Amino acid sequence: MRYLPLTDADRAAMLDVIGVPSIDDLFQDVPKSARLSDLVDLPKHQSEQAVERHMGKLSAKSVSAGSVPFFCGAGAYRHHIPATVDHLIQRSEFLTAYTPYQPEVSQGTLMSLFEFQSQVALLTGMDVANASMYDGSTACAEAVVMAHRVARGKKPKAVLAPGLHPHYAAATQTLASTLNIKIDERETRPGRDYNVVEHIDDDTACVVVQSPNVFGEIIDLRPIAEKAHAHKALLIAVFTEPVALAAITPPGEQGADIVVGEGQGLGVGLNFGGPHVGLFACTQKLVRQMPGRVCGETIDANGERGFVLTLSTREQHIRREKATSNICTNSGLCALAFTIHMTLLGEAGITRLAALNHEAACDLADRLEGIDGVELVNETFFNEFTLRLSKPANDVVDALAAKGILGGVPLTRIQPDGDESLLLVCATETNDVEDFAAFAAALKEVLS
Amino acid sequence: MNNQGRPTAPDAANTNTLAPKTHSGNQALNQAVQLIFEVGDLATTGIDLPQPKGTKSRLGDQARKGPIGLPGLSEPETMRHYVRLSQKNYAIDLGVYPLGSCTMKHNPRLNEKVARMPGFADVHPLQPIATVQGALELMSELSHWLMTLCNMPAVALTPKAGAHGELCGMMAIRARLDADGQTQRRRVLVPESAHGTNPATAVQCGFTVDEIPASGDGRVNLDALKARIDSNPDDVAGIMLTNPNTCGLFERDIIEIADAIHAAGGYFYCDGANFNALVGRVRPGDLGVDAMHINLHKTFSTPHGGGGPGSGPTVLSDALKDYAPVPYVVQTKEGYDLVENADDKSFGRMCAFHGQMGMYSRALTYMMSHGSDGLRQATEDAVLNANYVQASLSDVMTPAFGGVCMHEALFDDRFLKDTGVDTLDFAKAMIDEGYHPMTMYFPLVVHGAMLIEPTESESKQELDRFIGSMRHLAEKAKAGNVEMFKQAPVYAPMRRLDETQAARKPVLRWVEPEEVGVAAE
Repeated sequence: MRYLPLTDADRAAMLDVIGVPSIDDLFQDVPKSARLSDLVDLPKHQSEQAVERHMGKLSAKSVSAGSVPFFCGAGAYRHHIPATVDHLIQRSEFLTAYTPYQPEVSQGTLMSLFEFQSQVALLTGMDVANASMYDGSTACAEAVVMAHRVARGKKPKAVLAPGLHPHYAAATQTLASTLNIKIDERETRPGRDYNVVEHIDDDTACVVVQSPNVFGEIIDLRPIAEKAHAHKALLIAVFTEPVALAAITPPGEQGADIVVGEGQGLGVGLNFGGPHVGLFACTQKLVRQMPGRVCGETIDANGERGFVLTLSTREQHIRREKATSNICTNSGLCALAFTIHMTLLGEAGITRLAALNHEAACDLADRLEGIDGVELVNETFFNEFTLRLSKPANDVVDALAAKGILGGVPLTRIQPDGDESLLLVCATETNDVEDFAAFAAALKEVLS
Repeated sequence: MNNQGRPTAPDAANTNTLAPKTHSGNQALNQAVQLIFEVGDLATTGIDLPQPKGTKSRLGDQARKGPIGLPGLSEPETMRHYVRLSQKNYAIDLGVYPLGSCTMKHNPRLNEKVARMPGFADVHPLQPIATVQGALELMSELSHWLMTLCNMPAVALTPKAGAHGELCGMMAIRARLDADGQTQRRRVLVPESAHGTNPATAVQCGFTVDEIPASGDGRVNLDALKARIDSNPDDVAGIMLTNPNTCGLFERDIIEIADAIHAAGGYFYCDGANFNALVGRVRPGDLGVDAMHINLHKTFSTPHGGGGPGSGPTVLSDALKDYAPVPYVVQTKEGYDLVENADDKSFGRMCAFHGQMGMYSRALTYMMSHGSDGLRQATEDAVLNANYVQASLSDVMTPAFGGVCMHEALFDDRFLKDTGVDTLDFAKAMIDEGYHPMTMYFPLVVHGAMLIEPTESESKQELDRFIGSMRHLAEKAKAGNVEMFKQAPVYAPMRRLDETQAARKPVLRWVEPEEVGVAAE
């Protein structure tokens, strides 16, 4: 077995040192009834070549996004990732290191996390950010629990705006369900003004608003922040596309207290939904209530600047049942990918990338709007928008797939009781005019 | 000092090492690195993008007005910045990384190659089901391997890490209890040696934690446990038990523990962080387990990546399987399908999309490479290596408990008594010897704990060198070389870091120098 360095001679010599006759003696504490004498019923070991061939065949059974005109968004976005990113995150020292518990030999991870936290804070317009969460949806759920904690459990209500990604709402509902948090949620439907403010009262711990929302509409958070703060509730702003924040007024400038979102769009591929990387930022005032790992600056015994994991008195390994969250692992390597991609882009690059995405979506919307049976629902959008179709969107998407086009996400895929005529469509810098033409032609055919 | 009695500030004198400071700040291969904020600027970019055409904005009144403040670097500068940073990290690929409970085994590079195949990496989670059949088949195959290795009838793949898997298992238990009208069952028994995530998870699920003391042999005391159950059997929701436990010991009475919990009407959550000690030799389903998460990033070699991403598929018993979260893969006549919407029983959705595909592909690759025979051998080698380390050090260090261990060897700090050297000093001296320290001050049930998990990836030669260093350090400490330990590390990229200062005045992000002091709390 190529991964196991011990030889049979080694094993015999080692058993000798231990002073037991056989390997079975090392499993002596296992109850007899639970000891397996035979191999489990699974195939035996295989060569690298054989495994690679099997996996290659499986891979070929899916249609990859890069092989067709591709327009899916709704929480996961396809952007071009520079080769440098994937090369760097595969360096052994990053890839095969653990959580940086020993800072003297983990400065690589720690310093890049400090850069990550700084970039996330800047992009969201917030004071501080943590070292990442599993993904945007779990970050959203943790933010609601955090708001509940900030209110010391005295405010039971969390108001979710109807434009919140249904998976985010569901993940939040799951985590909140056991904690006496009352989720105030209404039917997911397109729009910009949901009268969210009318649902905020003194029982409200937080209000959760996504912008751009799941339909692509960009929301003015300021009036919501104002009403929330008047009732001592926190505004949790959510985003699913980090590139959008380079184009729109950041939530931190609109009164958000906590900002959570999905960072996958930068540095991390689609990966069929995971791993992705959750971004979590908040105001300085709330920093000690924040979940997850945090990296901070300090000095070493020589007075040199260095970085450590800090504020660990919030965390499960110290606080146990009183911890702010049970989170242990974050999404370290994806956070590194995000940071490297963002460093390559810089202000000039991210701004231009955002402009190109917006233009791509505008061009596509213009083309599709002209088709019979297609109506653009949005008043505003960044790089994704919602179409109302004359046929059920699910059937249309299947018909488009049969023509070799991945033409967006039907709302009912993520919201089973949603409006079946609605299709969520995304365009990024990876799409070109041929993609647009192919999509428009195919959609016209399918709807005719 | 924090509440584990672990020093958090360097107490070493601020002395120069033998090497004088260089003009550049570099020390040969150890290059000084500044933050990107100190070397980059807003105009520089390392990516060539076309000029936008200037289409009319449809952002409404929400277009960004001010700058973001993000520095950029050219590609060569970026490459150099992060390569230099990488060289300040210890890694499994560099040397022995014996972090107990963390299972730092070799990460095969075939896994990386497979994970990047377009049918897994470049697939959108919401593409039509007909276009993702290969990805679903992989998830189905992975499920089969995990269920077979565990002898359990179901597995929820979606949890995104070990602690998320704990949440999954405990949510399933709660859902089952609620469905049966057993809403008064809210007490979860947790041994004091448990990972901190266990009590944190129980509380996050709305349970209360009843801590069970360990017995003298590092295991759960069956009689004490039964007495705790009997104090009020009607409010027992279940137990969260790690096996092998965090002392590296197999819970001998595990079947009786499971029976006692079941007899009281509760469920058995097994923390599967140490499943790598059992794969192919013991199946959790044969021990009475109702739910157990599996850390694909420990047992099945997906890389830890400096703190994730992880993946925590959770196997479930017949009693709990109907309460599993969505989504999950099913096989139909037309092929594979995804059930994405919760029915009445499922406790719901844990995250957006379908979990950690990138980890599934790596873990399945690892399992297929090993096969049933290789997985069993890997387990045996991991246990053998740990026992070899324990046996080879037991005369100079102090094993916390007698007898054989499983995949990790636990020592306490009795051998350092009156030396002036503590566990932290010892760990830092290991860094100078070229090793990553073992897990220290955990589990909490042992004073000055040192938990060593060599894994099956170490050769005998490598272990002998490691053992040699450990023996040397133990002897040095006993010989009164306190200063060497207090100064350590001296060969690492940094000296000891002041954690107290970091926590007292948190600086969590870059701020322009003139703003320093404003953002600090």
